[in-house]
Amino acid sequence: MLQLKSISFHADSTDGKTEIIRNISLNLDKNKFIVITGPNGGGKSTLAKMIAGIVPATDGSIVFQGKEISGLSITDRAKLGIGFAFQQPVRFKGLTVLDLLRIASGKQLKIGEACEFLSEVGLCAKDYIHREINASLSGGELKRIEIATILARDVKLAIFDEPEAGIDLWSFQNLIRIFEKMRESSQERTILVISHQERILNIADEIIVLANGVIEKQGSKEQILPSIIGTKYAADVCRKLS
Amino acid sequence: MDVIQKQLLQEVADLHDIPEGAYNLRANGESVGKQSTANIEIISKTDISGIDIRIKPNTKNESVHIPVVLSESGLKETVYNDFYIGDNCDVLIVAGCGIDNCGSQDSEHDGVHRFYIGKNAKIRYVEKHYGSGSGDGKRILNPVTEVYMEEGSICEMEMVQIKGVDSTNRTTIAKLNADAKLIVHERLMTHGDQRALSVYKVELNGDGSSADVVSRSVARDNSYQKLDMCISGNAACSGHTECDSIIMDHGTILAVPSLEANSTDAALVHEAAIGKIAGDQLIKLMTLGLTETEAEEQIINGFLK
Repeated sequence: MLQLKSISFHADSTDGKTEIIRNISLNLDKNKFIVITGPNGGGKSTLAKMIAGIVPATDGSIVFQGKEISGLSITDRAKLGIGFAFQQPVRFKGLTVLDLLRIASGKQLKIGEACEFLSEVGLCAKDYIHREINASLSGGELKRIEIATILARDVKLAIFDEPEAGIDLWSFQNLIRIFEKMRESSQERTILVISHQERILNIADEIIVLANGVIEKQGSKEQILPSIIGTKYAADVCRKLS
Repeated sequence: MDVIQKQLLQEVADLHDIPEGAYNLRANGESVGKQSTANIEIISKTDISGIDIRIKPNTKNESVHIPVVLSESGLKETVYNDFYIGDNCDVLIVAGCGIDNCGSQDSEHDGVHRFYIGKNAKIRYVEKHYGSGSGDGKRILNPVTEVYMEEGSICEMEMVQIKGVDSTNRTTIAKLNADAKLIVHERLMTHGDQRALSVYKVELNGDGSSADVVSRSVARDNSYQKLDMCISGNAACSGHTECDSIIMDHGTILAVPSLEANSTDAALVHEAAIGKIAGDQLIKLMTLGLTETEAEEQIINGFLK
């Protein structure tokens, strides 16, 4: 469903150009759960943002469901069915959780419908539905609302940038359940997650290790996970929290 | 009333037609309808233009609507409305002015509203200002609001001016006795070459009095806003003032929140922030399928809600 063909991203820096993504080619099939791991600064978030159009590719081509999208805006890519959950969700003064879920779904969701998405991410809907997405929400609450905005859209490609960052152990389990449920609900959907967490890597169909802007390893969970387990690329959640 | 006047009425008072309860409708400089109730008496002033609104003590859950509409180009008026609110009342007062100016002459409505709020009375005051019309004539509104609050009274004010007013100079003065509480939410949006000045001067004179004055504003195109909000603490009181603004295009905003403490027991705080719409906010809404313009509209609508 998604082909990246020789894509690169260079950023200007004081000592010339820094290559963040170097000539990456990648094929993602539909109905897969794919996890990208690798060291911090290796280019994972940049690659994900290039797919969503948030970061423009310097070179190369991106084909989504047979359509060349590298020249398309963020909006147009979203309309084609690409969803993106940010690592650090943004706050909005005045906009409520209900407003955001309505924007995400593209329709005047009934309160009951919106509440279902919140319940999915473990938030008591009646306490949150009319809350403003402002500084009164904690990072963890914000993160769950961010995930709910993806659930509210019927996306073909759901990209999650470190979804586990900032959430507690209880919702970590919930998160795994959300991914599993998303998979069950559509055979047409692919989920792409950036994560270091062993438990998320453990439910992957495919694992990609990205370092220094290039793909270091790529293959099925069975091929890749044993070689990275116990390293910082596949951290155990309990150990990391302690 | 004609169609334009009815539309203005809808904008400023959410009214489709004649309201229930006490009201005074003013259109093009004349009273076109007035009704008192058993507890709320509306009397026309004889010496100057305007009305006295007298609300009997202990009146609860009643409302007064006094909207003004101007649809004639070149009309200028100053109107004095005095509200005498008896002790222990709990009432809603809806004012507001809509100007539709299709002509080339300026239209101006200056409303001077004075509130005398009795002991332990509670009022909610909603004032909306709106302008429309395609003429070159300016739509000008210069409201003056004065609030005198007795012990234990509560006044909640919602002041809204979202669209179409070319020039405004708003002045709000409040004086609070012991345990009185003032809450102000002002929402302002200017566009084109509009200019808006909004001045608040709140005096906390009694022990236990408090004020929370919050302004949210958006300046678009080449518009200019000056927000000047001062709270004086003259007793054991608490005051908070906040100006939170978004600028777009070539808009300009001067925010001047200020505090004056004349008592060591006065607890006063002010906050002010001005900035453009955050890029992250636009990007987030675009990843949900909105265009950049739609995302801006959503962010501003939410901010001014």
